[in-house]
Amino acid sequence: MNGIHEAEPQIITEDLVKRFGKFVAVDHVNFRIGRGEIMGFLGPNGAGKSTIIRILCGLLRPSAGLALVAGIDVAKDPERVRERIGYMSQKFSLYRDLSVEENLRFFGGIYRVPRSELLERMRFAIDMAGLAGREKDLVGTLAGGWQQRLALGCAVLHRPPILFLDEPTSGVEPTSRRRFWDLIHTLAADGVSVLVSTHYMDEAEYCHRAALINQGRIIAIGSPEELKHTALGGELLLLECTNLGPTLAVLQNAPGVLDCSVFGNALHVLVSDAERSLAELPAYLEQKSQRPTRLERIHPSLEDVFVQLIAVDMANRRLAA
Amino acid sequence: MKLRRLKAIAVKEILQVWRDPRSLMIALLLPFTQMFLFGYGVNLDLKHLPVCTFDREGSQLSQALFKHFRASQYFTITRNVKSYPEVVAAIDNADCGFAIVVPPDFSERLNDTGTASVQAIIDGTDDNTANIAFGYAAAVVEGYSNQIAVSWIDRQGKPLQQVQPMVVQSRVWFNEDLESRNFIIPGLVAMIMALVGAQLTSLTIAREWERGTMELLISTPVKPNEVMFGKLIPYLVLGWLDAAFCLAIAALWFGVPYRGTLFALFVTTSLFLIVVLSIGYLMSVLIRSQVGASQIALLVTMLPTTLLSGYIFPIDQMPKVVQDITYLIYSRYYVLIVKNLFLKGSSLAELWTPILFLVVYAAAVMILAARAFRKRLY
Repeated sequence: MNGIHEAEPQIITEDLVKRFGKFVAVDHVNFRIGRGEIMGFLGPNGAGKSTIIRILCGLLRPSAGLALVAGIDVAKDPERVRERIGYMSQKFSLYRDLSVEENLRFFGGIYRVPRSELLERMRFAIDMAGLAGREKDLVGTLAGGWQQRLALGCAVLHRPPILFLDEPTSGVEPTSRRRFWDLIHTLAADGVSVLVSTHYMDEAEYCHRAALINQGRIIAIGSPEELKHTALGGELLLLECTNLGPTLAVLQNAPGVLDCSVFGNALHVLVSDAERSLAELPAYLEQKSQRPTRLERIHPSLEDVFVQLIAVDMANRRLAA
Repeated sequence: MKLRRLKAIAVKEILQVWRDPRSLMIALLLPFTQMFLFGYGVNLDLKHLPVCTFDREGSQLSQALFKHFRASQYFTITRNVKSYPEVVAAIDNADCGFAIVVPPDFSERLNDTGTASVQAIIDGTDDNTANIAFGYAAAVVEGYSNQIAVSWIDRQGKPLQQVQPMVVQSRVWFNEDLESRNFIIPGLVAMIMALVGAQLTSLTIAREWERGTMELLISTPVKPNEVMFGKLIPYLVLGWLDAAFCLAIAALWFGVPYRGTLFALFVTTSLFLIVVLSIGYLMSVLIRSQVGASQIALLVTMLPTTLLSGYIFPIDQMPKVVQDITYLIYSRYYVLIVKNLFLKGSSLAELWTPILFLVVYAAAVMILAARAFRKRLY
C-alpha cells in the first residue's frame, strides 16, 4: 500500500522548521503523504502537530525548510494551496449562530462550488453528518459529534484533494469517533489525502501511516504494524518485582538489554532478542540477588510503543542537554 | 475580487447581525436615544434666565426698566429683594444667574444729566451664559435708554428726525431665528453616525477572531477585499437606515429647516458612512478583540467629532495649530456639508471640496484596512 502512496506524494516537507522566538515548535520535520493516504499525527499536547498543519494550510509562515502541498510551495503561494485543501481547525470554527444549511451555503459560496452542484453537495454533506431533518437548526445547538461531522462536511464541500483535520475527534464520544473515522476512510478511498492529528493514541490504528511527534520532531513514522514491530528497535519484556529501583539499576548493565524503563508498577525491558533474554535474565538477576515475580514477553500496543518512544526521546534529550 | 464570495460574506454578516441583539441595539436604538438626548440636552440658547432685582429707588422709571426685562423672552424676574446680602445670596445659591441693581438716585440723575447707570451682577461660572446674558441685558437697557433719550430730547423741543441715532438694520441669513438648535442638530447627526457606524464594524473582524471562526475563514481562498466589502455593505445599509432616522428626526421633530436636495444628502451621507464604517473595520482588523476595537473606535470617532469637527465649537475660533489639525478630522467635512445642506441648501457642486476630502479619506482608510488584513495567524 505504501508503494502506491509514495508514488504520488500530495504533501512533501523537507527539513521544515518553525520557531516562535527562541522556542522551536517544529524541528526539521520530513514526511510525505501520498494520494488517498491517511496520515496520522500523534503526540502529546504541544508537540507541534497543529503548528505543522497550520503551516501546510498557509496560516503560519515556516521559519525554514520546504513545504509542498499539491506540488505548490505553501510559503510562496498560499492562495493556490488554499483552493486545493479542506481544513478543520482544532477549535470548532463554524458559525454557531448560523444554521446547518446557512453554514454550508456560506462555504459553498466562499469556495465557489458551482451553483448547479451546490445543492447536491450540501445534501451529501448533510447526509454524511447525519443531519438530515436538522438543516434549519443553529449549529450552536448541535451536540459535539454532529458539529464535528458538519465541520468535516464543510471542509469537503468543494471536493478538495487534500484534507487537514486537526484533532477532529477531541471531545467527541467514542461511538461518534468511530463513525468519524469511517467517514475519513470513505473520503480516502475516493483518493483524498488526509492528514489528521489526534491525541488519542489508539486512533493511530485507523491510519495508513502514523507519525509520532514529540517536542517538534518526528520520532517515529510508519504503518501501525511497522511501528509495533520495528520502531522500538528491539523486543519488549515485562518485568514485575518487589523493589523497582535496584532491579532497574541492575538491568541497565545486563547483557542483551538495550533499555529499561518504569511502566506503572512494573518495568519495561527492551532487549535485542526476547527468547534469549527470557532464558538468561532470571539467572543474571538471581546472581545480583534480585528476584522478579514475573517476567514475560509482551506484544506492545501502539500506545505502549508511543509511551516507550516518548520516554526514550525525553531521556535522550536530557542526555544531550 | 469574486462577487460570489463577497455575496457569501455579506449574507452571512446580515444573518449574524440579525441574530445578535447587541449589534441591532447599537444600530437602531442608540441613534434614536442619542438624537433626543443631545437634541434636547445640547442647547446654547439662553431663554428665561432667572433674574433678581434690587430696586433702591422704587420710582416709576426704575419699575419701567424692569418691565422691559420682563418683556424680554431671555429673562424672567424671579425675585425682588431689598438688600445687597439678599442679592449675593441669590447669585451664590444659583437661584438667579443675573441681578440688576438700580441706584437710589436713578431718576434724579436721568432727569438732570440725561444719563444714569444701573448695576448688573452676573454669575460668571458659565462664561458662555454670562456673555450672552450680558449682551441681551445691554440690549434691553439700550432699548429702554433710547426710549428715554427720545422723550428727553422731545421735551427739549428739538425735532426728532435730527437725533435719531445710527441704526444697524441686520438681517440674519440661513438661521433666521438664530436658533442654536438649527446649528447644532445637523452636526449632531454627523456625530451619531460616526459613533454608531464605527461601533458596528469595529466588532466584525474581532468577533471572528474571538469565536475562532477566523482561522477557518483565512484557510479558504477568500481575498481581503472580498471580506472587507462583504462586511461593509450590510452595515452601509444599516447606516443608511440610521442616517434616515436621524435626519428625519432633525427635520421633522426638531424642525430644523432642510433646504438641500435629498440626492445631495444621500451622496454625501453615503460617503461619510463609508469613511466611518471603514475606520471601525480597520480598528477591528488591527486589534482583533471586540472590546478593544470598540473602545478605540469610540475614541477615534466620538472624541475628534465632538471637539474638532465644528459641530459645536467653531473651528475658526480655535488656535491656528488646532485649526490645522481639524483638516485631518473626517467629520469636519461632513459637518460642514450637512450644515450647508440643511441651512443653506447648497448644491453638490458648491460642496465639491469637502466631498473630495471625504472621497480621499474613504479610499485611504479602505486601502489601509485591506492591507492590514493578513491571512496569517500571527
